[in-house]
Amino acid sequence: MTTINTTINPVQAKRTRVIFGIVLLTTGLLIYLLFGINTQAGLQTTFGINLAGSQAIPVPDLVLPSKLTINLMAIIAVFFGAFHLARGVKSTGTLIGVIAVTFVVAFLTWAAQDKSFNLTGMLSSSLVRATPIALAALCGVISERAAVINIGIEGIMLISAQVAVVTASLSNNLYVGLVAAILVGGLVAAFHAFLVIRFKVDQIVSGVAINIFGAGLTSFIGSRFLERNTDLLNNSGVFPVFSIPILSKIPLLGPMLFENNIIVYLAILVVIVLHITLFYTPWGLRTRAVGEHPKAADTLGVNVYLVRYVNVILGGMIAGLGGAYFTIGSVGRFDEIMTAGKGFIGLAAMIFGKWNPIGAYTSSLIFGFADSLQVKLQILRVPIPSEFLLMAPYIVTMIILTGVVGRAIPPAADGQPYEKA
Amino acid sequence: MTEKATPKTKKSEGIGEGSLRQALLIPALAVLTGLIIGAIAIVASGGNVFVAYGALFAGAFGDPVKFFTGFQQLFTTGETAGLLKAIYPFSESIVIATPYIFAGLSVAIGFRCGLFNIGAEGQFFIGALCSAFVGYSIEGLPAIIHLPLALLAGAAGGAIWGMIPGYLKARFGAHEVVNTIMMNWIAFRLSDWLLNGPMKASGFRPVTPNIEHTAELPRFFPDPLRINWGFILALVVAYLVYWFLFKTTLGFEIRSVGANPDAAKYAGMNIVRNIVLVMSLAGGLAGLAGSVQVLGVDHWVGQGFSAGYGFDAIALALLGRSHPFGVVIAALLFGFLRGGATRMQSMAGVPIDIISIIQGLIIIFIAAPDIIRWLYRLKEIKVEETVLTRGWGS
Repeated sequence: MTTINTTINPVQAKRTRVIFGIVLLTTGLLIYLLFGINTQAGLQTTFGINLAGSQAIPVPDLVLPSKLTINLMAIIAVFFGAFHLARGVKSTGTLIGVIAVTFVVAFLTWAAQDKSFNLTGMLSSSLVRATPIALAALCGVISERAAVINIGIEGIMLISAQVAVVTASLSNNLYVGLVAAILVGGLVAAFHAFLVIRFKVDQIVSGVAINIFGAGLTSFIGSRFLERNTDLLNNSGVFPVFSIPILSKIPLLGPMLFENNIIVYLAILVVIVLHITLFYTPWGLRTRAVGEHPKAADTLGVNVYLVRYVNVILGGMIAGLGGAYFTIGSVGRFDEIMTAGKGFIGLAAMIFGKWNPIGAYTSSLIFGFADSLQVKLQILRVPIPSEFLLMAPYIVTMIILTGVVGRAIPPAADGQPYEKA
Repeated sequence: MTEKATPKTKKSEGIGEGSLRQALLIPALAVLTGLIIGAIAIVASGGNVFVAYGALFAGAFGDPVKFFTGFQQLFTTGETAGLLKAIYPFSESIVIATPYIFAGLSVAIGFRCGLFNIGAEGQFFIGALCSAFVGYSIEGLPAIIHLPLALLAGAAGGAIWGMIPGYLKARFGAHEVVNTIMMNWIAFRLSDWLLNGPMKASGFRPVTPNIEHTAELPRFFPDPLRINWGFILALVVAYLVYWFLFKTTLGFEIRSVGANPDAAKYAGMNIVRNIVLVMSLAGGLAGLAGSVQVLGVDHWVGQGFSAGYGFDAIALALLGRSHPFGVVIAALLFGFLRGGATRMQSMAGVPIDIISIIQGLIIIFIAAPDIIRWLYRLKEIKVEETVLTRGWGS
């Protein structure tokens, strides 16, 4: 990955710079036209920091003059745009941050003018909603680093979600449900691995089949068994919120990061472990070798098939954890097709994060944020059609993918079966 | 990334008699095996297989007894009502298969160029909305102009929805899988707004008004039989796609880009143009799927109109091995399975979702012919492999 980043040719770099500058200027203009003009002077926007029922030390709410804040955001975006066009800013991360932050802050200030809006509540729900997306993305990262595409994540998550709630309900123990979900996720992924490695089935085909099969199987079991025995089979309760002592007392950050349920913490743990494993251990090196050039890895004595089996199965277990989130991590019951495309959004997050665990998690947070914003907006009764605002994250993803990420470069052998000579 | 193509077995024996036989035998055995495992699932969940599959058959093709009495009635009294009633299940299956044909072709044409169109669902929705808009907003046109116009609007809407990710892919290398998914969500949000706002019919449900009669695809029989000209159109379009892909220079270019983009580029083919063209065509076909569903069957569009078509379209393209005729057969198979399943649910109490399980199994078996060969002790003869998904592409 690093070699690719350092050898961007000057033409492309210049193009990227111009695109970024224009996007920034446009952002500033849009903020002014969409929000600045429509805001009456003298109104105030209140951002609540304290969350009801949280352990954090209470702090005063953040009260901002609406119009001034919005115009300030517009000016910041325009300033950065002009500066970038003239002199160039080194870090693209900063630029994306400026675009996102100015637009979102201006939008929220405008939407909540003369009202109160709980910032902490939205940020913490973003993190929660990002969790299943992130786990799907991490499943993708670990298997694709070993060159096996798994688009069956959606199906795996559905099956795991159902298994989790049924086993947890039967055993009256949520941890049994969690372990069962992880194991079943691994099992379905093992089936995928078996098909694509042993039988060399097209990887996309196998994934699609698992999705259709998973949707059918869970709906079948749902309508045949769960509907009639809801109390016995489909009523598990959910993991309680576990507050981390001391840390959860920090205002804003405490309720956001340190007052969550076990699955949210586990997801963050998986990101860290996966990052270290992939980039700092022999196993990670072997995985990446198998993903980039399996023949060379084989020549050096790496067991290509074994690496692929293990990675795909581990990925399935991560997706199984993601599946468990839907039932025992959030609502405590199974509904038909409750994953609602999160597996696919996870794949988008994986590509967006350039097949890196941390990148994948960060991208998932963006989608989680969009998701939670959608819910909050319905409460705020924004005067312009909220549907258009809801499109924004998708459009922004497309723009950023075009101008910044550009060619997303997967592991070189991604999707290709390996045949030992 | 492409030069080390997968080491496929190069012992090409041509398409011998044996391989042709297997090319037909394996899908048939795959369907049979899927049905057998489905039967096991039905028994395991406490159902009666014979009742269930009897209902599935009757729901898919019609009840033989009713056909018999229908004909008897026709010959003795000249009354057609009984026969029409007997045809009803068959007609419904064809009605279900019609949009499947278009949607499957949409994904298949993408596969032929090495592009993975996950956006059929969004394109379908946009196509349906465009057709519905032309269908209800213009009044007083003769059907001969109004109907083609409505179809064209649907195709154009879908084509635009497919062209955007195509252009971004070709020009900037932005991945079409991500972008088509994004376009899906944009389509859903847009339709939410349209159905609750500008396109909402009077009343409180978020649906469009009914289209004018002049925009409807004519039906062959009186109500309630819904089989219509959309099916004929689907067959014609399938043939056109076949002709385009396999008999024209442009089609050859598209397949070359799909098979080996580097070689195609070296041979002087315009990769950018081909990608944009294929994604537009794919979008247009998915848009037409939405059009025929609105203009021929529902006559209005509501929320969640396109649910599930995107997934099914991918399955159909794979099942049909990305060949237009294969897609038609796969779509008919899905149509009959789905059509029969409704009756199976009401008659035998077997949830309709069993069909998804069977579909998933059939896809696995067709994709992994080794399993079928192993199960039925067939000799290994390499059938020409045509499915060409290129993973995340390059």
